[in-house]
Amino acid sequence: MLEYARWKYILVAVVLLLALLFALPNVFGEDPALQVERKDHSPVTQDAARAVESFLGERRVHFARSYIDGGRLMVRFGGVADQLAARDAVNERFADTYRTALSFAPRTPELLRALGLRPMPLGLDLRGGLYLLYQVDVNAAVAQAIEGYAQDARRALAAANIPVKDASAVAVGSDKANAVRVVLPPEADGNAARTALNQPLTGLAITTESLPSGSAMTAVMTPAQIRERQDYAIQQNITTLRNRVNELGVSEPIVQRQGIDRINVQLPGVQNSAEVKDILGRVATLEFRLEDMQNNAFEAMQTGRVPLGSKLYTHTRLGHPVLLKREVIATGDQLTNATTGQSQEGPAVNVRLDARAGESMLKTTRANVNKRMAVVLIEKRRETSDVNGRKVTRDVTDEEVINDATIRGIFSNNFQITGLAAGEARELALLLRSGSLAIPLYPIEERAVGPSLGRDNIDKGVTALIVGMAGVFVFMWIYYKTFGLVADAVLLSNVVLLTALLSMMRASLSLPGIAGIILTVGMAVDANVLIYERIREELRKGVTPQAAIRAGFEKAFSAIADSNITTLIAGVVLWVFGTGPIRGFAVVLTLGIATSMFTSLMGSRALLTLMYGGRRKLARLSI
Amino acid sequence: MEFFSHQTSYPFMATRKVWYTLSAVLMVVSLASFFTRGLNLTIDFTGGVSAEARFQHAANVDEVRERLSAAGFREPQVQNFGSSRDIAIRLPPDPKLTATELRSRLEAVLTGIEPTAQVVQLAVVGPQVGSELKVSAMWALFFTLLLIFLYIAVRFHTWRLSLGAILAVMHDPILVIGFFSLTQLPFDLAVVAAILAVVGYSLNDTVVVFDRIRERFETNRRSPPDVVLDQSINQTLSRTIMTKVVTSIVVVALLFLGGPVLKGFSAALLIGIIAGTYSSIYISSAIALDFGLTAEHVFPTVKKAAFDQLP
Repeated sequence: MLEYARWKYILVAVVLLLALLFALPNVFGEDPALQVERKDHSPVTQDAARAVESFLGERRVHFARSYIDGGRLMVRFGGVADQLAARDAVNERFADTYRTALSFAPRTPELLRALGLRPMPLGLDLRGGLYLLYQVDVNAAVAQAIEGYAQDARRALAAANIPVKDASAVAVGSDKANAVRVVLPPEADGNAARTALNQPLTGLAITTESLPSGSAMTAVMTPAQIRERQDYAIQQNITTLRNRVNELGVSEPIVQRQGIDRINVQLPGVQNSAEVKDILGRVATLEFRLEDMQNNAFEAMQTGRVPLGSKLYTHTRLGHPVLLKREVIATGDQLTNATTGQSQEGPAVNVRLDARAGESMLKTTRANVNKRMAVVLIEKRRETSDVNGRKVTRDVTDEEVINDATIRGIFSNNFQITGLAAGEARELALLLRSGSLAIPLYPIEERAVGPSLGRDNIDKGVTALIVGMAGVFVFMWIYYKTFGLVADAVLLSNVVLLTALLSMMRASLSLPGIAGIILTVGMAVDANVLIYERIREELRKGVTPQAAIRAGFEKAFSAIADSNITTLIAGVVLWVFGTGPIRGFAVVLTLGIATSMFTSLMGSRALLTLMYGGRRKLARLSI
Repeated sequence: MEFFSHQTSYPFMATRKVWYTLSAVLMVVSLASFFTRGLNLTIDFTGGVSAEARFQHAANVDEVRERLSAAGFREPQVQNFGSSRDIAIRLPPDPKLTATELRSRLEAVLTGIEPTAQVVQLAVVGPQVGSELKVSAMWALFFTLLLIFLYIAVRFHTWRLSLGAILAVMHDPILVIGFFSLTQLPFDLAVVAAILAVVGYSLNDTVVVFDRIRERFETNRRSPPDVVLDQSINQTLSRTIMTKVVTSIVVVALLFLGGPVLKGFSAALLIGIIAGTYSSIYISSAIALDFGLTAEHVFPTVKKAAFDQLP
C-alpha cells in the first residue's frame, strides 16, 4: 500500500487551485489600444470621445471598442496596424488638444479584474517602447550641499557680526569636496564664531585649528551624510523624471533606481518621440534673478565688458542681450509647481515656490517693484570628443534666459508670469517644471523597440514555447508511458504555477523571460526523470511496484535537492548581478526551479499515490 | 522505451586519459581562438549604436552599407537579420548624435532606398555601461563558481569532489566561449546569461553522479574507488542522457523558432548542455579520483543531513 498524508493532498490541491486562478488572466491576452488624453489634463468628455470615434470611422480605421477610463479615452483594436493608423490619424487631426500613447488593454473579464487579478505586464521588447538609462551625477549633489553649507556659514557669521576671510569647499581625506573650511582673521572671536556656526553646520564634525594669522574651522560631512545626500539627489531626480514622464501621457511608465547612481526609465508604447527627448533629456535647473538696470546690456555685449556683479545672457526666444545680477533669488529645486493659466492679458504661467524661496522673493520684490526679473535655464550636458585619439568627456553648461518680465507688485511664493502667447505659456510652464531638477543626469543608454517587432517577438516566443512543450510531452509519453503522462501533467502544473507567481509579483515578462519558462520546462523534467529511473531500477531488482514507487521518491530526493540547488545558486547570482532582461530571465529561472521542485516532488507523488496507492493487486507499472 | 535496456558498464575511469586529452585539446582550441580572434561583442559590451530595419522587399545589404557611408555614417556594419527583409546595422559610438537624430538620419537613408523602410529597433549604449557589464559578468561567474564549490564541499564532505565539479564546470563556459569565438556569432548579454545558466545546469549531472557515488560508498566501503565511480556513472547514465535529450528538445525549439533575438542565447545553451553532459560524465568524477578520492572522504561516520529524509 502506498500512502500520502492527507494534508499534503490538500496543500497540493489548494496551491494548484490558487495558481490556476492567478494564472487565468494571462489566458485572455491583450488588445492593442490607443490611449487618448487631453493635453491640459482635463478629463475627456463623452461628446469628445464620440467625436474621436466618428473621426476614426471617417478615416476607415477599425476599432473594437472604446471607453473612458480615468478621464482618458481608451480605444481598443483588433491589430497593431489599426492601432498605428489610428494614432497617426488622431495625432494629425487633434494635435492641439490630445496626446496619444500606444498601449495594451488586457481582455481580462470584469470579474477577475475586480478581484485584482491581472496578467503579467509585458516588457518593452514584447510590446514596443523606449528604454532610457540615466546616470545621475551624485558628486555634484554633494558639491552642492557643501556649497550650501558654505553659504549658510557665511550668512550666519555675517549675522553675528563676525568677520570672515574665507568660507569654501575643501576635500578632507578624499579626492572630492566633502567639507567646508571657514577661515577667520585674528581679530575674530573664535568661540563666538563656533557658536554662530553650530546651527548652520548641525551634524557636521567641526574641528578648530589656529593659524599664524587667525584661525580656521573645518566641518566635514560624514560618509553617512554623503550617502544620504546622494540618495536624496537620486530620489529627487526620480520624482522629477516621474513628473516629466507624466507630461508625456504614457501608459504604465516605469521610473526606477538602478544600482547606486542610475535611473532607468521605461516608456511602453513610446516611439521616436522628439518630445520625449526634449522633456526627459533636458537636465536643467532654474534661477530667478534680477536684471541689472543700471547698465546697458547691448553696450556690454558690444564692448565685451560686463559690469562687476552682473553676467551677460541672451534671451532664447527674442535673441537680445540681458544683463543679470549675480544674486540668485530662487532656484529650480525650490519650485513646487508651474501651470498654465489665464490672466486679463491672455495666457499666463502660475508659479509656486517653497516657503524659503517665497521669503527671499518677498524681500526682493518689495525693494524692486517695476524693475525686471528674469528666469535663467541652466542646462548641463556631457560632451565626448576625440583628443589625440583619446576619448575625453567634459561637462558643458548652457545658460539662457527663458523669460524676463517686469515686477508689477510685491509677491512671495505664488505669482504669475503674463504677456505670453498660448504656445509660449505652455512651453514655459513645461520648462519651469522640468527645470526643478538640481542634480545633472546624463542618458547613457537608449533602446527603442517598434510595436510590430514586439508583436513578432511574442509570437515567436509563444510558438517556441508550444512546440518545445509539445515535443517534451510526446517524448515523455513515449519513453515512460503512463508515468510519462503523469510527468506531463506535473510539467503543465509547473508552468501554471510559475505563471501565477510571475503574475502575482507583477514582474514584467520579456523575451528572455519566455526563454526562461521554456528552459524551466526542459529542466523541470529532470526531477521526474530521476524519480522514474529510480523506480525502474527498483523494479529491475524485483521490488513490488508500490514499494518501487516509494523507494523511487525517497532515494531520488537527495539527488533532486542537490542538483536543483546548484542551478538555483546560478539563478540567484544572475538575479543579483543582472539588470533588465537578464534579471527577468534569472527571476523566471529561479522561481521555475523552486516551483518544479514542489510540483515534481509533492504534486507527482500525490498524483501517483492517488493512481496506484489504493490498488491491492498491482502486477506491473506502465513505466 | 529505454535508451539502455541493460545496465551499462563502460570503463570511464580506465579511459580517462583519453577524455582528459580530448578536453584539453578542445579547451586549448577555444582559448587560442578567444585570444587571437576574440569575440564578436555586441554593443551591450562595446557601446555604440545598433538598429534593426525592416524592408518590404528583400534588402540589398551592400547598397544599404554604401548609402550609409555616403550619408556620413562611419564604419557601418550591415547584415541580414532573421530574414532577407530585415537588416541589422551597427555603428560605432557617436556622442554628438542623440538617438532621435540618429533615427531620423537612418530613416532618411533607408527610405531613400525603399520608401516603406522602417527602423523597428534602435539601441544606443554608452561605453561606460559596456565596460561595467564585463566586470559584473566576471563577478557573477566568480560568485557562482565559489558558492557552488562551497555547497558541494559542505554537502559531500570533501573538497575533492568540489574541485572535480568546479574544474569540469569551468570547462563548459570555456567551450561555449570558444564556440562563439570560432563562429564569430554575436556575443551579447543574453549569451552571458545562458553561460551562467549552463554553469548551474551542467553541475546538475555532476551532482547527480556525486550523489550516487556517495550512496555507493555507503553500501560498498570496500570497493576500490574507481570501480565505485564507474558504477555510479553507469547507473545514472540513462537519466543523464534522458534529461539532456528533453532539455535539448526545448532548446532546439528556441533556437529555430524563438527568432533572431534568442539565437545566440539558445546556441550557447545547446553547446553548453552538450559540453556539460560530456564533462560531468567524463571529467568531474575522474578528477576527484586523481585527487585521491576514497570512501572515507565522502562518507565519514557523520550521519546524513536531516533533510535527506524529507518526502
